[in-house]
Amino acid sequence: MAKIIDETPRPTAKERVNKLVSDTQGSQAWNSIFRPGSIFRKGYTDSPRNRSYVVMNSVLYHLHPVKVKRHAVKVSYTLCLGGLSFFLFILLTVTGIFLMFFYRPEATQAWNDISNLQTSVTFGLLVRNMHRWGAHLMVLSVFLHMARVFYHGAYKAPREFNWVIGVVLLMLTLLLSFTGYLLPWDQLALWAVAVGTNMMGYTPVFGSEVRFVLLGGKEIGAETLLRWYVLHVLMLPFVIVIFMAIHFWRVRKDGGISGPL
Amino acid sequence: MTEIPEHLLKRAQAAREKAAASGDAGSEAAPAASAASEPAADPRIPAHLLERSKSAKARAAGQAEAGGGGVAVQEKVASVVQAAPTGGGVPVGAGPGGNTQRLLTVVKSGSIQEVKASPIDKVHTWPHLLAAEFVAALVCLAFTFVFSVFVNAPLLQLANNNQTPNPSKAPWYFLGLQELLTMFHPMVAGVTIPGVGLIVLILAPFIDKNPSNKPEDRKFAISLMTVHLMFWAVLVMIGSFFRGPGFNFTLPWRDGLFFEL
Repeated sequence: MAKIIDETPRPTAKERVNKLVSDTQGSQAWNSIFRPGSIFRKGYTDSPRNRSYVVMNSVLYHLHPVKVKRHAVKVSYTLCLGGLSFFLFILLTVTGIFLMFFYRPEATQAWNDISNLQTSVTFGLLVRNMHRWGAHLMVLSVFLHMARVFYHGAYKAPREFNWVIGVVLLMLTLLLSFTGYLLPWDQLALWAVAVGTNMMGYTPVFGSEVRFVLLGGKEIGAETLLRWYVLHVLMLPFVIVIFMAIHFWRVRKDGGISGPL
Repeated sequence: MTEIPEHLLKRAQAAREKAAASGDAGSEAAPAASAASEPAADPRIPAHLLERSKSAKARAAGQAEAGGGGVAVQEKVASVVQAAPTGGGVPVGAGPGGNTQRLLTVVKSGSIQEVKASPIDKVHTWPHLLAAEFVAALVCLAFTFVFSVFVNAPLLQLANNNQTPNPSKAPWYFLGLQELLTMFHPMVAGVTIPGVGLIVLILAPFIDKNPSNKPEDRKFAISLMTVHLMFWAVLVMIGSFFRGPGFNFTLPWRDGLFFEL
């Protein structure tokens, strides 16, 4: 009589996990997500080849080459200021999206929404604080980045154009910060923006027209709030992302970061 | 310079010894032939050209003693070619029409081939750069987070167009401009000065023609930028901390701060 009972031992937990991992990594879905050579397909052990693959087979390849000049990784040269500006932009985008869920750009609602956000929404106050301080920090880091680039003479050929892009990015950062300043619709916001936009009105030829379009009237009011909200959450981020893409692309095309001195 | 492997050095040494042993007779013959060729010059070559080539050869020989290897080859080639038309009649190197093929010059490879730049000292982006960037981003996030836990963003009373706070201040990065407003006409302070500053900043790489990025070569540029940055920094500081009600000068330790971020 044939044996009915299967005598092969039950697989151990470790074997089952290993099988699950290999099945997952062999599946079509997994392999469609990660490129051939990706460390998520074949695992990572420290070797020069794998070090290259980490960058080469991920989206990071848009930002960084596989290898960089040895002096370029010295923190004391760049102080990470450009990278931190970009990181702060991402942080501001994430916290800003959170804030958008609780905010209506209407003169009757805006202040109440912020007030409710601070008192009734879980982590609302913390996220608002992070958005605020992150914004000030980004203005500071972009400005310091510019100073760093100047003192290293990094704007010289072939990087002249990237310097111009950088100055545009500084201006866009200031505009983003300034448009966001109005949105809480408190006394600080209203009068800070009033002082700022009054200055703009003195531009010859088109100053008062531009001011009228930006404010949606002669004075700051409900129209202004909606316009600056759209500028702040949509238009300026859209424009700055395009300029950032060009900026980062040119950093690589112009031969990586400058120096050494 | 790359290291030459030992076995190749040994092989080259052996070949040189062999050539020295067998080539004694040959090397004696060659100069003899070239010496013989010079008096019996080819009648088709004008005398002044022969004269010029002879003086050139003499110069080359002089250089060969100083310069060594590379030029020595050139000289040898020249002597071989010169040796060819010995004995008059149709030279050995003559073409179908009886034309002599002459070596006009030996062009060194460096002058026509692109010489690859010497290898740059590079490191892998992962882990050397990415790890540093990651840590910097984490530190930045931690700082923003902790700061936000302890310091709240300001939210004053609801905006009121009829109640001007005293003092009304622009956001801190515009306080330098507001400070200028106390000294100049609004068009000069708000438009002309920042406008000119911005244009000069954008054009900096095209104005500064000095190709060096060494601080000791750019004393003027660095001084100018430092003065410029200090100018704005001082104005922003005064506007932020030393201006009280009516935007009049105050001392923060005496009258307190009139500053909101």
